[in-house]
Amino acid sequence: MQRSLPLGLCFIMGILMILQFFSPHPISQQFFDTIIKWIRIISAFALVLGVRSISLRHIETVKRRKSGYIYSIFTLLALVVTAVLGLVFGIGPKAPIRTIFNNILVPLGATMFSILAFYMASAAYRAFRARTIEATLLLIAAFIVMLGMVPIGNWISPHFPSIAEWLLSVPNMAAKRGILFGVALGVIATSLKIILGIERGWLGGRR
Amino acid sequence: MRRKILLFNLFIFSLIFSLEIEVLDTPNDAGNSLTILIKKPAAVDYYEVYRKEEGKEFSLIGKLTKEERSFLDDKVMRGKLYTYQIVGVRDTFKIFSNISSAIAKAQFFNTARINVLVGIIIFSFFILYFIKKARKGERLFIRRISGLDAVEEAVGRATEMGKPILFVPGIGSVADIATIAALNILGEVAKKTAEYETTLLVPNRDVLVYTVAYEVVKEAYSNVGRPDAFKEGNIFYITDSQFAFTAAVDGIMVREKPATNFFLGTFYAESLILAETGAATGAIQIAGTDMVPQLPFFIVACDYTLIGEELYAASAYLSREPLLLGSLKGQDYGKLIILLILLIGSLLLLLSYLPSFSFFSKIIEFFNVS
Repeated sequence: MQRSLPLGLCFIMGILMILQFFSPHPISQQFFDTIIKWIRIISAFALVLGVRSISLRHIETVKRRKSGYIYSIFTLLALVVTAVLGLVFGIGPKAPIRTIFNNILVPLGATMFSILAFYMASAAYRAFRARTIEATLLLIAAFIVMLGMVPIGNWISPHFPSIAEWLLSVPNMAAKRGILFGVALGVIATSLKIILGIERGWLGGRR
Repeated sequence: MRRKILLFNLFIFSLIFSLEIEVLDTPNDAGNSLTILIKKPAAVDYYEVYRKEEGKEFSLIGKLTKEERSFLDDKVMRGKLYTYQIVGVRDTFKIFSNISSAIAKAQFFNTARINVLVGIIIFSFFILYFIKKARKGERLFIRRISGLDAVEEAVGRATEMGKPILFVPGIGSVADIATIAALNILGEVAKKTAEYETTLLVPNRDVLVYTVAYEVVKEAYSNVGRPDAFKEGNIFYITDSQFAFTAAVDGIMVREKPATNFFLGTFYAESLILAETGAATGAIQIAGTDMVPQLPFFIVACDYTLIGEELYAASAYLSREPLLLGSLKGQDYGKLIILLILLIGSLLLLLSYLPSFSFFSKIIEFFNVS
């Protein structure tokens, strides 16, 4: 029962969702909307488990004085403070939780994102070291594309932008589409295996 | 004579300024739109579209340029009768079309997606056929995937070093097939870590993915007879904020220094931040995603990368389950068919430009997906 119920549900829902894709009828659309709502409801319940998980992990880290436990104290504090502020003052435009979100979370997120620029430089350095023929080709292609995208490239030679455009829209696009074909077929095959109960890894792997 | 000239002029006038419309129920929709087609256009500057509901007067609902030949009215109610008239405007003249009515109806089947249905049926047939063959015990050749061959080595390395393994199942939701593929691989990796008694850390960004990952790892430990080795706190939820999650995983990598990092599933801008931090800590890294823009970042910063479909093949490859391997063979035949369609389609498209072969364009239209 522990296995057959989720497998049966998965099969029925899988078939229904396939049928839904082919039907524009309002009943079909309504069914789809209901499923989306259900996913949101289930997620809300699962969030309780998520909060429990993060709390237990950090309480454990603080208890055992593991390395970096000070961050765990901050995490637990932030969890309690934001929850209390949200519950007491609500989430309106002038609520304290908005101030926290706009002045702490948003800048922190932007900082993390900006690190990407430095990592890109270091990754590019590693990729473009011309050690093999492939890496040399990559370096040449990247050099042409970069030159083609900036005004100085056009100033050196008016052919750079068009060569860059060709590199992006022909060989690059061909490779991308090849990967996407594989991905699309992989998605269909995996979905089919899950619907038919052949792939049960998501149930813990027992076949 | 004058009368004949007048009649002739009237005939010419009616030819130039006659306006004919037809109203159709828009096909393949939920019954919430009607399409007004100009069957016989007039020499005017622009058109005005008027609509009349039952018991009401005509009202202007939109305009068309002189080149446009159809108008989609998507503000109608299903099952209700609507009457339309188009007025052509040229300077101060107005030419009135015929009056046409229709009722919007919902369709049960989207005929524009027949091609998708045919494709799915053919592809599913191949997969099921090869699964059946595999079930009969026939050996199927599967090419080597170095990234997956390295899983055993990566787990062994972590065991020897006495360090944990970090498995990030992406930042996608449980509705993403790439996440499900990652969770399937997690099950196989968890079996190995359970056998070797290596710590497996699984941080999650999505609560539903967390609950599924938790069960997958727990089951995997039970399946290899080591339920006692399962540590609840090692599979944990962090946050659904993209960069907060990235910062937390980076912190884990820097503090815990895992010997092996797995980045499998759906990734966006954080892919390079995670992979570069992992590379800096000296971990062996195996990544895999179906997000094409993130692939170059993983290829550069990781030791092994599963490109696109390899991610979906991983579960079958690692488990060596004949039924799953059969589906891989089916996928290959699917690719072969796509390749043939591409070649034939390109040829037909080229030929369709020749006047005598213009009917080929109709065949190509069948492959358009809407």
